[in-house]
Amino acid sequence: MAKKASSSSRTAPPEAPAAGGADFVWRRKDLVGLDVLSAGEIVHILDTAESFKEVSTRSIKKVPALRGKVVALMFFEDSTRTRMSFELAASRLSADTINFTAKGSSVAKGETTLDTIRNIEAMGVDIFIVRHNQSGAPHLLARQVRSSIVNAGDGQHEHPTQALLDIFTIRQRLGRLEGLKVAIVGDIAHSRVARSNILGLRKLGAEVVVVGPPTLVPSAIMPMGCSISHSLDDVLGEVDVVNMLRIQFERFSNAGMPGFPSVREYHKLYGLTTERLQRAKKNVLVMHPGPINRGVEITSQVADGPNSCILQQVTNGLAIRMAVLYLVSQGSE
Amino acid sequence: MKQLLDAEHVQQAIDRLYQAALAGLPAKGPIAVVGIRTRGETLAARIVRQLRGDKPKRHIDHGILDITFYRDDLSRRRGAPLVRATEIDFDLDDAWVLLVDDVLQTGRSIRAALDALHDFGRARCIRLGVLIDRGGRELPISADFVGHRLLVEEGQRIQLRLRETDGEEGVFLIKNRAS
Repeated sequence: MAKKASSSSRTAPPEAPAAGGADFVWRRKDLVGLDVLSAGEIVHILDTAESFKEVSTRSIKKVPALRGKVVALMFFEDSTRTRMSFELAASRLSADTINFTAKGSSVAKGETTLDTIRNIEAMGVDIFIVRHNQSGAPHLLARQVRSSIVNAGDGQHEHPTQALLDIFTIRQRLGRLEGLKVAIVGDIAHSRVARSNILGLRKLGAEVVVVGPPTLVPSAIMPMGCSISHSLDDVLGEVDVVNMLRIQFERFSNAGMPGFPSVREYHKLYGLTTERLQRAKKNVLVMHPGPINRGVEITSQVADGPNSCILQQVTNGLAIRMAVLYLVSQGSE
Repeated sequence: MKQLLDAEHVQQAIDRLYQAALAGLPAKGPIAVVGIRTRGETLAARIVRQLRGDKPKRHIDHGILDITFYRDDLSRRRGAPLVRATEIDFDLDDAWVLLVDDVLQTGRSIRAALDALHDFGRARCIRLGVLIDRGGRELPISADFVGHRLLVEEGQRIQLRLRETDGEEGVFLIKNRAS
């Protein structure tokens, strides 16, 4: 696995070990994206999350790993689920959390993101969880501040913890990653979830096909190591996992979104329905990062059906975020 | 690297630890043997196997504790090795618990283990069994059952190796802490 993974991970630092394992030691202070991680580092996060799953089954669902540390949730862009998941993860590690929302804050008065973070860092914050509408904002911050930076989604760039929890769930349900074929369906062009998933899955030896209308699937995505299809029906029979992305209606103006067909047409061509699912492999895993637009990219029967692992993804997200917070708190580089 | 105890002496120490623990068992009630990862886990597994043979009618639970998250030096460490899961899938409330570790020195691991166990329930009683007591306590903690006492100079590190994890049995002296 290691060999195959390293050949596809062009951006992995050469000094990073190719595969995880008992002797592997995590050293990074930040998690900005999966593009810079080696296959070994990704596996280390997944394995650590495995250990954290147990904590949530205890009667006292808390460990003192981050006791006395302060975690700041810096959401320059809206989020409910990711924010709550990170906040709960931090509290299960016994950290203190503080919250920041861009609306009505000093940002509205014209303060730059870097100044905002530096000011809050001066209060004694150890870990910043950052969501930002600008791609690359967490990378900039990670270079400029001493605290740890965890990317909770930046622009159209990456959403590493979402991809990690997706990959974790696939590994849990199907027992492996190498050799699997994963379809990611929807608005690939604007999806940070898709980008992080492609990067992570390729490094761990899975095959990825991105599916969507030509206007939403840029051919520039191909150098990331995935193939492209414009027909869900063509690929559905041969994939082990189908990850349905959310149609981001908040990106629509009154005139619709440039390049997006009508909702009805999209549903007809790319919506995952019971009829369509019958053409897939019997045990195909159906995923969705949420929130679901029921009846658009996926029907209720499929979303709530036996192939779906949507709620399991949410549960696993907590373990992944506990693992990430713990690991970056131990890192120094 | 110097060998302090050979396989035979390790076996004798395990026997001594086991016999002492056996004599200390309560007359009734649930018993749980909990090993601290990694060598304590192996020792606990051996003890459980032997106990179930000697006391076939008693109910004996077996647990594994990873104390990483409870360590008091967590914020001083640099880098994170893999943490493995704690496996305590039984009710700890009112159980008589034998906590097993390989080497007892400062007592800090045991302090962490007691905190971890506390999060799983209120045991009726916790007894500590260690294979090697090497002295050098930094906390007011002592073992109830000891396999072997060794006097080792401060700053020197000793390691127990067991067949299951290391392919050989023995206690070895490793030159200094850093190695």
